[in-house]
Amino acid sequence: MTLTNQDELYQELILEHNKKPRNFKKLENPTHFAEGYNPLCGDHLTVALKVNDKNIIEDIAFEGSGCAISKASASLMTVNLKGKTVSEAETLFNQFHRLIIGELKSDSETNILGKLAIFSGIWHYPARVKCASLSWHTMNGALHKVKTVSTEK
Amino acid sequence: MARNDGKENKTAKTEQKTSKPMSTSFNIKKIRKDFPNLTTTVRGRPLVYLDNAATTFKPNSVIETLETYYKNECSNVHRGVHFLSEQATKDFEAARQKVRDFINAKKTEEIIFTKGTTNSINLVAQSYGRTFLKAGDEIIISHMEHHSNIVPWQMLCEEKGCVLKVIPINDQGELMMPEFEKFLNPKTKFVALVYISNSLGTINPVKKMIAAAHRLKVPVLIDGAQAVNHLKVDVQELDCDFLAFSGHKLFGPTGVGVLYGKAKYLNAMPPMEGGGDMIASVTFEKTTYNILPYKFEAGTPSIAGVIGLGAAIDYVQAVGLENIFTYEQELLAYGTKLLSKISDLQLIGTAREKAAILAFILPDIHPHDLGTLVDREGVAIRTGHHCTMPVMQRFNVPATARASLAFYNTKEEIDVLAAAILKAKDVFA
Ligand SMILES: Cc1ncc(COP(=O)(O)O)c(C=O)c1O
Repeated sequence: MTLTNQDELYQELILEHNKKPRNFKKLENPTHFAEGYNPLCGDHLTVALKVNDKNIIEDIAFEGSGCAISKASASLMTVNLKGKTVSEAETLFNQFHRLIIGELKSDSETNILGKLAIFSGIWHYPARVKCASLSWHTMNGALHKVKTVSTEK
Repeated sequence: MARNDGKENKTAKTEQKTSKPMSTSFNIKKIRKDFPNLTTTVRGRPLVYLDNAATTFKPNSVIETLETYYKNECSNVHRGVHFLSEQATKDFEAARQKVRDFINAKKTEEIIFTKGTTNSINLVAQSYGRTFLKAGDEIIISHMEHHSNIVPWQMLCEEKGCVLKVIPINDQGELMMPEFEKFLNPKTKFVALVYISNSLGTINPVKKMIAAAHRLKVPVLIDGAQAVNHLKVDVQELDCDFLAFSGHKLFGPTGVGVLYGKAKYLNAMPPMEGGGDMIASVTFEKTTYNILPYKFEAGTPSIAGVIGLGAAIDYVQAVGLENIFTYEQELLAYGTKLLSKISDLQLIGTAREKAAILAFILPDIHPHDLGTLVDREGVAIRTGHHCTMPVMQRFNVPATARASLAFYNTKEEIDVLAAAILKAKDVFA
């Protein structure tokens, strides 16, 4: 298997978000909150959201420990979701999920994901797909009032 | 590095047979040719396989033995009068004899074939534990056990109301012997210990610990999963009451393992599973059980696996465990020195008595990122908790990276690992 640059896992943007994760903080009085675990690698993070009465995500933050992929993915997710409606977030979640398992390949589709498309090569690394998806599953769990999310269910 | 007990050190040394000059029979080039999987390439680079604690590669002789069984000898054991079945039964029982010689058991019937280490430990926990342990009894294990030597005892404790005592480990990753001695008391009814830790590499002074437990007539199970492939294990010399190990970590097939038990215990223990082979006679009124070892071998076993394990033992015996130990200690010393030179790299597990297992962390790179990055250089290491979550908690890390060596590895391969780590550091710089 040869990897093109686009399939390269550790691109600048990922390394940068790993080093300086955005919205990596505690959120006071969240309306939605969940914890996510990846029991295979011990990664653990929490996602907290503040959703207003117009169903808009006013604020979102995460905390926890994990590898560069899971940290950068969580960071990019928070940047992307801030200001979006809950239903837009759900659409993005579905698109992102399809992207990282290698089902979403046409450029037109990836466009709505913007910078998140950086993870498009991760399906080459099956063991790492869950690292990229942990924060998203946790966010989705929080929106649906699931308190604890595990990658192994 | 300070040891807390000088005596303990001496015991461990004598147990492992101090290094002898390497015999000329140890020819690394020739050995590597015997393992076809070593020629694999990963994305155009030669594979450097340093995940031997997870599973080991198989020599041609093992692979050919499996092929011969499936091609020419395929039949069931212990139940046919026809030619093939007699042949398979003969080979199957010959493998039992090889295992007996390998670990120097007193009797052939003390060798039970199981699915692996996990299965062997569960057999003892359920058969011996449920029969002979009761509420309030204490079971001693250590903080560095593999989950397979923790959970079966926890399940037993939950069912019977027994109490689990856990021997702590020091910062080097060695058992704290005075704590063990303090735990031993008349309520102690079982001790289960790992010989060599898969996540730290520590070689525990089990002979001395077995002797201490025996002063209170407490039986001891040794988890030998990582020991039988690195050093000579002699059950009579150790005087352990049970020994568990897996074929696949000993250059043999998956799906087969061994439980050694002293006949006096195995005879007193009830079978764990009922079915074919384990019975002497069956009527609806009463079934009588077969004798050892068959009492514990219900159903059709992994016949090819057992015969293949016999071939693996032949191979290891031919290379010689003393040669293997000496060579691997050289690799370990080389690797320890090389990795220690990498700035910020912290070795987890620096016991004085160690097998060739190098676990480490880097402060700025999560082990999983490191694993993926060195994999791109063709290097296979394991990252994670290695089925020893309490060890990770003890050292306050979520995971480690681990290079575990076998006698077919080389110093050049350790060089490739070190270079790959440096490259990964560059990516994260
Ligand atoms: C020390 C130790 N004990 C037990 C086991 C379990 O062996 P198996 O999975 O073959 O049953 C392992 C395997 O990783 C091990 O390293």
